[in-house]
Amino acid sequence: MPNFFYQFNFYLFGLIAIASALLFVTRKSPVAAALWLVNVMFALAALYVMLDAHFVGVVQIIVYAGAIMVVFLFVVMLLNLGDPKEISDVSGKWGRLAAGLVGLALIAQIMTLARSSAPPSLVQPPDRVADDLKALNALGTIAKPLFGEYLLAFEVTSLLLLVAIVGAVVLGRRRAAS
Amino acid sequence: MSPSLSLALLQVVDRQAPAEFWPWFVATLVKLVALFTIYMIVVAYTTLAERKVSAWMQDRYGPNRVGPRGLFQPLADGLKNIMKEETLPPYANKVLFMLAPAMAFIPAMILWAVIPFAAPWASPWGRIEMQLAPLPIGLLFVIAFSSLGVYGIVLAGWSSNNKYALLGGLRSSAQMVSYEISMGMSLIPVLLVAGNVTLNEIVNQQASLHLWNVLTLGVGFFLYTVSAFAETNRLPFDLPEAESELITGYHTEYSAMKFSLFFIAEYANMLTQSAMIATLFFGGWDIPFMRADNVGAVSFPLVLLSFAIMFAKTLFFLFFFIWIRWTLPRFRYDQLMSIGWKVLLPIALAYIVIVAGTLLALDAAGLKRDFVYGAILFAVNAVLAVVMFRILDRGRIVSPAYGRLDPQELARLRSVSRARTHLTVSAGD
Repeated sequence: MPNFFYQFNFYLFGLIAIASALLFVTRKSPVAAALWLVNVMFALAALYVMLDAHFVGVVQIIVYAGAIMVVFLFVVMLLNLGDPKEISDVSGKWGRLAAGLVGLALIAQIMTLARSSAPPSLVQPPDRVADDLKALNALGTIAKPLFGEYLLAFEVTSLLLLVAIVGAVVLGRRRAAS
Repeated sequence: MSPSLSLALLQVVDRQAPAEFWPWFVATLVKLVALFTIYMIVVAYTTLAERKVSAWMQDRYGPNRVGPRGLFQPLADGLKNIMKEETLPPYANKVLFMLAPAMAFIPAMILWAVIPFAAPWASPWGRIEMQLAPLPIGLLFVIAFSSLGVYGIVLAGWSSNNKYALLGGLRSSAQMVSYEISMGMSLIPVLLVAGNVTLNEIVNQQASLHLWNVLTLGVGFFLYTVSAFAETNRLPFDLPEAESELITGYHTEYSAMKFSLFFIAEYANMLTQSAMIATLFFGGWDIPFMRADNVGAVSFPLVLLSFAIMFAKTLFFLFFFIWIRWTLPRFRYDQLMSIGWKVLLPIALAYIVIVAGTLLALDAAGLKRDFVYGAILFAVNAVLAVVMFRILDRGRIVSPAYGRLDPQELARLRSVSRARTHLTVSAGD
């Protein structure tokens, strides 16, 4: 019975995610598109929680739905962008064809990956996640490796983000001065 | 009746063990209905309380016509709002215009799923948590969903297709995104001390230190409360609806029940934030000066008592919200932003470092987590509070009404600001 419930929820949120993603790319209004993207984020967060990754799920909502998409909406509303045809990156017959081909290639990749099996060194022992959750609670499973084993990588990433922020400020100032 | 079932009924259930499926299911339904009913009644009567308290503070009567002492005023207001005509601006985005009021209200309500409102009950069917969903990430859930309330306000502003509404919506999104950060940062010390993110653990930790977080983390309490006022768009931070400049901001175009839903959302947010302050900094359902309620699941009278305590704490903070509203004037928008980014955020960051350092030192010294541990944290916070309010502030923000400036300095500052803005500054400024 719980297994059926799990399966049902998996397909429910999977379908919501796919349907919202399709609506997101087909809407004419930028605001509506942004809101459908928020919906995708929610469905993904639900899927993460179902995989026992509570922290990743809730961070998905905090970061994407709560912060990034709000700023997106802010910008979209302020600019009140005009006709979507003028601001589209992909235009003309060839552009669309190329985009479609890239999409097909990605789907083919996912299909192949789903059918192939990972090398045994990359596969986690079956109860690893459940044991970790019991021993370290929902946060410790992320925090322990992040601030222990992978501390250097973590700090380097934060430095990279800092560079990006400073870069954005510099670029923004230069445009204002000219 | 099957033999295994009758055997299970005959056996004495371990009252500390989690309840089986059916008792849990029934208990959850009962909790859901009870919580929702109490929530909506309190929200309705907070609107009356706001008007009564403001009247009291301004030496008036307040609403006193409907029912004894005006007690049925919320019912009359609700009826009036349902009967009124709904208007739809011709150039509004219909779907979002309809959806926005609900989107403002729902996040505030969802948060009650994780707030523990009483001590767990040692029922005859096993331990029943007095919390709808004991999530392993309780506090993060609160942070995530309290940041979603901004959607309702932003979309209301945009979909109305009205300049004032749009400005109100933009102001509010900037304000809420800014204060969300200092709010999240002010919670990190709480997590550091508790060592856990579930709200029940945070309550238990405060009980085990014999000191509530408001004492051990006083500066954090201050930062959180200020951010909570900004997040709920309450005075002194109610810039999104500043009547004097934006008509009423984001809900300018709304009428009837949709208009009233924004107010319900505001009061619902206040109620949720009051409960959060009570849980995080005032011990939640922990009964003061009593040990019997902190031994795991407890008997039903104690559950009711702890619920009453939690309710009382929450109501006090609701009153606090109203009290502040009718006491302080509104901040200017640039002041609001600079307080958020230049004052609250740096202080919160520094505070995290100081608290983490103190905890590290105390743990290294081998202190057990008991009263002495809390007392040392309290001493650290007392020093920090003095540093923050007396030395760093120097009467600039905390007491601008009588600012500790000598008249010469004041005259100099006024001439500077006059030269900068080319506006005459009245003596009252």
